[in-house]
Amino acid sequence: MLCHECNKREATLHFTKILNGEKMEIHLCDQCAREKGEYLPGSNGFSIHQLLSGLLNFEQPIQNSPSRSLQSEQQCKKCGMSFHQFARAGRFGCAECYKTFNLKLDPMLKRVHSGNTVHIGKIPKRIGTDIQLQRQIEQLKKQLQQHISKEEFEEAAKLRDEIRALEKLAEQSGGED
Amino acid sequence: MSLEKFISEAISPWMKNEGSESDIVLSSRIRLARNLKNYSFPIIATTEEANLVVKQVKEHFEEQKYDKYGPFELLEMDDMKPIEKKVLVEKHLISPQLADESKKGAVLLSSDESLSIMVNEEDHLRIQCLFSGFQLNEGLVLASGIDDWFESKLHYAFDEKKGYLTSCPTNVGTGLRASVMMHLPALVITKQLNKILPAINQLGLVVRGIYGEGSEALGNLFQISNQITLGKSEEDIVEDLRGVVLQLIHQERAAREMLLQSSKLLLEDRVYRSYGILAYARTLESKEAAQRLSDVRLGIDMKILKGVSASILNELMILTQPGFLQQYAGEILSADQRDERRAALIRERLNLEIEKFN
Repeated sequence: MLCHECNKREATLHFTKILNGEKMEIHLCDQCAREKGEYLPGSNGFSIHQLLSGLLNFEQPIQNSPSRSLQSEQQCKKCGMSFHQFARAGRFGCAECYKTFNLKLDPMLKRVHSGNTVHIGKIPKRIGTDIQLQRQIEQLKKQLQQHISKEEFEEAAKLRDEIRALEKLAEQSGGED
Repeated sequence: MSLEKFISEAISPWMKNEGSESDIVLSSRIRLARNLKNYSFPIIATTEEANLVVKQVKEHFEEQKYDKYGPFELLEMDDMKPIEKKVLVEKHLISPQLADESKKGAVLLSSDESLSIMVNEEDHLRIQCLFSGFQLNEGLVLASGIDDWFESKLHYAFDEKKGYLTSCPTNVGTGLRASVMMHLPALVITKQLNKILPAINQLGLVVRGIYGEGSEALGNLFQISNQITLGKSEEDIVEDLRGVVLQLIHQERAAREMLLQSSKLLLEDRVYRSYGILAYARTLESKEAAQRLSDVRLGIDMKILKGVSASILNELMILTQPGFLQQYAGEILSADQRDERRAALIRERLNLEIEKFN
């Protein structure tokens, strides 16, 4: 069979591409395949998703064991993506998936990001104020516990009021989402 | 269309500025991946959802212009011809994925094309800044500014612990990919690059040949970028990349000096042979064209060849890709016809240089 692109050289690469439900048979020679790099799996960052699903499948010890069906039953409540689907696509369906699959995520993140699992970079300016507020509240709650354990109730009461005020603030600004 | 006009339209205005170290670092790129909180990621979004994302971006963008870099233009993939999309891909302004596979994909382009914001690619937003030469810090400042501008209105998917949430977990955290495109012919000729690459990979950076596959880099052009996006600040990611790039610049300069000292005649021969082929060949495959252009560029940088502008490599690497050749020809071309057109375009371009300098 001749290459569909140049119609000159023998086609050596044969595959089916499905784009938006439309099936296409593609036959290319080496040279044209190289020129049309986008057709080759692995050339457009596609490989990263494959590699990633490799890492994830590693997480599931035996592919066809009965426990697999139990594992893959876990589904994201918001978008409906199952862990199995994620493992195959290498991509999450929505922001909620990060919470849904949180437990399985960290071991994989460690491998991909040199052992890191926690973000320490930029915090968005607008929603960031809420996060700072939350951090402040958590800090105060810790202090409150310390005061209580030392039976310093006057201090504790002051902190409790402060926390309540901050929580009210957080509720108001977070209410718009 | 005259060649001069075609080139002026094909080459993005930002490429004409000279950045620092531009003899070795051709361009710097910063990309931020961002998603909106309440919408499914593009991989599973319905057409309706995808449309809403474009609408939100559009509204925000029309409501308050980003003055520093306006005017922008919004191009929707559904309204474009395949060849027009291909040309944007070859200019690295959009990804092949956005062009061919996205649902309701769109791109916001600044007038000098240094800023492109892809909508509904793998993530809802991909903010990309391109600078000529070695200007990573400048890119980061700009991209971060655009990011803040979007965030002032749109609700981002952000998690306190995991950072900016992206569709693919390899981008989560900062969502930042910083990369530079480097021309490293002397390290390739002296076979030193193969020894350096494994060390670079160990530092959490990735080296890829551009315009080529696997380890075979067309035109000795390499892209170096960060792999890790989580657990490091944006500034540290850029700084680590910068450090390695500076080392590579140093090594490449040393290798060039060594070539000049030890094999000047061979080097001159190589440069002039390649120049001769580019100036007279009647048919050129993209691989050979890339190699010859790299040789000529090396000759220009090392002052062996005079009277040819250094930008010729960047320019012709872009212009001689299939999409551009077909746009210039105004018709679909077979591989053979492309090789012929490629040779003709390079000859014409070199003639322009000769005219300019005489």
